[in-house]
Amino acid sequence: MLELKHVGYVAEDDTEILSDVSLSINERFVAITGPNGGGKSTLAKLISGIYMPTSGQILLDGIDITNMSITDRANLGISYAFQQPVRFKGLRVRDLLRLAAGKDTTLAQACNYLSEVGLCARDYIDRELNDSLSGGELKRIEIAMVLARGTKLSVFDEPEAGIDLWSFQNLIRVFEKMYEETRGNILIISHQERILSIADKIVVIRDGRVDRVGSRDEILPGLLKSADAGNTTCDILTQKAMS
Amino acid sequence: MDEIRMNLLKEVADLDALPVGAYNIRENGKAAGRNTTANIDIVTKTDKPGIDIYIAPGTKKESVHIPVIISQTGLTDLVYNDFYIGEDADVVIIAGCGIHNCGGELSQHDGIHTFWLGKNSHIRYVEKHYGEGDGSKNVMNPTTIVHLDEGASMEMETTQIAGIDDTDRRTEGDLKAGAKLEVREKILTNGVQNAKTYFNVDLNGEGCSANVVSRSVARENSTQFFDSRLNGNAPCAGHSECDSIIMENGRVTACPSLTANNIDASLIHEAAIGKIAGEQLMKLMTLGLTEKEAEEQIVNGFLK
Ligand SMILES: Nc1ncnc2c1ncn2[C@@H]1O[C@H](COP(=O)(O)OP(=O)(O)OP(=O)(O)O)[C@@H](O)[C@H]1O
Ligand SMILES: [Mg+2]
Repeated sequence: MLELKHVGYVAEDDTEILSDVSLSINERFVAITGPNGGGKSTLAKLISGIYMPTSGQILLDGIDITNMSITDRANLGISYAFQQPVRFKGLRVRDLLRLAAGKDTTLAQACNYLSEVGLCARDYIDRELNDSLSGGELKRIEIAMVLARGTKLSVFDEPEAGIDLWSFQNLIRVFEKMYEETRGNILIISHQERILSIADKIVVIRDGRVDRVGSRDEILPGLLKSADAGNTTCDILTQKAMS
Repeated sequence: MDEIRMNLLKEVADLDALPVGAYNIRENGKAAGRNTTANIDIVTKTDKPGIDIYIAPGTKKESVHIPVIISQTGLTDLVYNDFYIGEDADVVIIAGCGIHNCGGELSQHDGIHTFWLGKNSHIRYVEKHYGEGDGSKNVMNPTTIVHLDEGASMEMETTQIAGIDDTDRRTEGDLKAGAKLEVREKILTNGVQNAKTYFNVDLNGEGCSANVVSRSVARENSTQFFDSRLNGNAPCAGHSECDSIIMENGRVTACPSLTANNIDASLIHEAAIGKIAGEQLMKLMTLGLTEKEAEEQIVNGFLK
């Protein structure tokens, strides 16, 4: 279980990005959604230790990890699939999967993780994680690395971005299977209704604050309605522009 | 002594035993073993130190190993090796120099390798430079000169990963029509080491191409200087790339130059120097590596 207590983050240039975020994450799937620039990725970085909170406290299974390094948190059981995967000149897919899964992983196991995210292992295992990979391919490899780690908390930052519609259902199956194996908590940052609709809990982050939290049934209908409202505003603007 | 010798051979030529096929081993400035084959002849030069290597036209699937090892401190070794590759031949040449310096003096090896590639021949040339021991200084100055006849192609892989305190590396090439030169260089320097590397390639024939790629890592207080010149004298394609990681107080200068003397010459240079990207370190740390381990992985991968 992950708990955030009054967590705030002020960036180096003194802008406040997150304030007073209190949340507990102990469900199978928790989805975080909300407008662009709301602070979702910042929250994921605070959880994984890439950023250190400037106020508040973060606990993992009751252990205070607020000031722990990225490495220590990773070893305690936190994994993070980045919104923008990182490219490495010279490191191959198999190298990263081995680093993620641990030394004793066999090539066959590494290949399995790739197959799960819909990549043919034979074609990808020896590819370098460089500019030659497409955005969607990199994104899938990023997800495979988190699968390979199989930790008690997995954070996915917009995993659906760049993944084609064909694979969407598979992606959801990947999360379900992952839960079967780890029995951990899976935190998914997403803008996609289809992902939100599998969440046990939905958190809406807006302007650096927790706007709403609740079960899917409590939150999702409201979100869909406000999305419609969004379209109306757009219609008004377009009509104005045309006249 | 024998163990040192075996280790040097392993480091520079990946050899655990005497190689199969043609070879010539030079140890402490003297010949220490040679084998020739029906298609590959090796002849000692009479006017200066070194050997001439003749590869008969049409030779395929053969290899030549010519490692040089130095285990005597204070030795300065200068050697000229000339390679004559017959038309349509296709072979692998593995060179390399290892120094084990345990004395207090300078050990130096200057190898001047000249290649004449006949029409439509192809070679893969692999050379590795390696130093070890706690002697005062290991110096290596390899010069490689390649002449590519029509349709000939050469892939050159040159690596210097450890133990060379000072190096001045020169690679020169001239290419006739349809010839192709690929160079991949990898250099790692640390301590107060210094590496200079120069490339000069004349693209003289129609449709010839050259691709020179250098990847390097400069650690601690080491310095590197990279100077590459591509001269397009005909309709041709040239690409050079210098990609460096600097760590601690490492310093790198990249001085690429491109000259087009023909309207249809197309030349490109890319250079990038910088420290390891923070996000790369962070990604590996989220997989459980420490910052040091992450650096290690990134550097090893980069130079692999
Ligand atoms: N290091 C930083 N310094 C200054 N501002 C930052 C920094 N990191 C993020 N921000 C700003 O904080 C806000 C929140 O960014 P964040 O990336 O967390 O948004 P997000 O909710 O993930 O958005 P999106 O849906 O577009 O991915 C943005 O306005 C962003 O520009
Ligand atoms: Mg984001």
